[in-house]
Amino acid sequence: MNRARAIGVYAGQRFVSLVLTLFAASVVIFILLQIAPGDPATYMMGLSASSEAVQALRDELGLSAAPVDRYAKWIGGLMRGDFGVSYTYRAPVAGLIAERLSVSAPLAAFALAMSVLLGLPLGFVAAAQRGRPLDALVMTVTQIGLAAPNFWFAILLVYLFSVVLGWASAGGFPGWDAGFVPAMRALLLPAFVLALPQAAILARVMRSALIDAEGRNYMLTARAKGLSESEALWRHAFRNALIPALTIIGLQFSFLVAGGVIIENVFYLPGLGRLVFQAITQRDLIVVQGVVFILVLIVVSVNFVIDIGYAIIDPRLRRAP
Amino acid sequence: MKAAPFSAVLGAAITLFFIMLALISVLWTPYDPASFDVPARLRAPSFDHWFGTDHFGRDVLSNVMAGTRVSIAVAIVAVGLGMALGAPLGLIAAAAGGAVDEWLMRASDIVFAFPALILAILLTAALGPGALNAIIAIGVFNAPVFARLVRGSALSLWKREFILAARAAGKGKPRISLEHILPNIADLIIVQVTIQFSLGVLAEAGLSYVGLGASPPTASWGRMLAESQTIAAIAPWTAIFPGLAIVLCVLGLNLLGDGLRDAFDPKLRRAR
Repeated sequence: MNRARAIGVYAGQRFVSLVLTLFAASVVIFILLQIAPGDPATYMMGLSASSEAVQALRDELGLSAAPVDRYAKWIGGLMRGDFGVSYTYRAPVAGLIAERLSVSAPLAAFALAMSVLLGLPLGFVAAAQRGRPLDALVMTVTQIGLAAPNFWFAILLVYLFSVVLGWASAGGFPGWDAGFVPAMRALLLPAFVLALPQAAILARVMRSALIDAEGRNYMLTARAKGLSESEALWRHAFRNALIPALTIIGLQFSFLVAGGVIIENVFYLPGLGRLVFQAITQRDLIVVQGVVFILVLIVVSVNFVIDIGYAIIDPRLRRAP
Repeated sequence: MKAAPFSAVLGAAITLFFIMLALISVLWTPYDPASFDVPARLRAPSFDHWFGTDHFGRDVLSNVMAGTRVSIAVAIVAVGLGMALGAPLGLIAAAAGGAVDEWLMRASDIVFAFPALILAILLTAALGPGALNAIIAIGVFNAPVFARLVRGSALSLWKREFILAARAAGKGKPRISLEHILPNIADLIIVQVTIQFSLGVLAEAGLSYVGLGASPPTASWGRMLAESQTIAAIAPWTAIFPGLAIVLCVLGLNLLGDGLRDAFDPKLRRAR
């Protein structure tokens, strides 16, 4: 009973800190986008705009009010799910974001799954073959994976698939209406590219966690029982190594969400990344504000879930800052 | 002391190579990186153009060389900025403790709530694209990294006897921070600088790839890749060489960073 209560209290504390972080982040976003550029209407319209047009936009956006009131209006709207209206799309920002999330979120999840499926086995093999050529190969390949920007991989893969192998054009998105399989096929290559650096990190973490376990007493016991080295690694060390691996997987989600922003541009996927870059070039600040806030919300929420997950798995971690 | 492992030496050599390349490119490149030579456009790699030419006939090798300069300059200044902001804040947080520490750490939590790239995008959206703003964006993200590192290691030092002795001798907290704490954590800071430097090169490439980095005609690896995207099908060399430059440069820095970490602390032999 006490344990459940302690977890509840901990979850409550983490939740309060989540809300405070989101609040602070929203202030930062608002200050950077609404106050830093001077008058947003002038900024959006550019230097050549007439003063009447700027004034009209200023009225439309409600910019005559004091900054504090404008912030209150924005944050009040956010709480009701109203992200404001895009002035280039002439559509509610919330709808635009929801539409784009239906591409970006599956892309990130798909990439996460791939990085786990690639990274964990690679790390396991490297640890089991420690010091042998296969280990050296995995370590070299992952070192390169860490160093290469994934959009470069993306460009090379598109070239390889569409030009050298002559497969169908790599890029674009048919939409979920076209069916699950065609949509997933369009996401396959982007998700793979997105997963590569993360898989490299995961493999290295997994390898070192397994190697750390090697000298432990429970491993000696397992070997004494007559298990072979890889059996002992698989049955005992692997489970213990999953904890650091889970930490990394949690952290990766925010990299995948952010990395997706760039990869979407390489593959012409209509996700949040394309939305935000178009909004930046068209200076549609309310869209940029909304997208950045949603991304921060995702990252902070995922971290919250991971923290609670840890508290449930390992009570000792509950007191960690 | 044991001889440095091969990988660390290799990393140092690669890093040195790129620094030399950047310096040489200030004085000399085979061709003017920015000048168009339309009749010689889309040439495959040859003796005249080792890395080929792009769709405007610009020499790819010259641009890769000039791009080195931009990447390294942006990364050095950005990481330097992050360190100059973050390290003193970390020292202050550790020395002051209490509410000051609490507020500084909460502030760094807020920065970490933004994925690095998103923060950079937000800042460049607010300030406009350009090399200087890319530096500010990368630097802002680096500040809490150094603040956390310095605070954490300084806190453990404050409990040690030699600090106690210094306090007993009547030295104030600022003086102890500078004279005793800082020299003892300098090695950690150097390792972190190497790691952040390689992340900075990647970040600069990413930002300039999406058009938020150095603006034309300044050569940059990221923008070369962005421009190569539409012509990669007919001129793959325009995509291959700038990318290889990024990989090699970051790889060198990573190997150097790992080597330095092992050299400073043999217990910390953790793979990334």
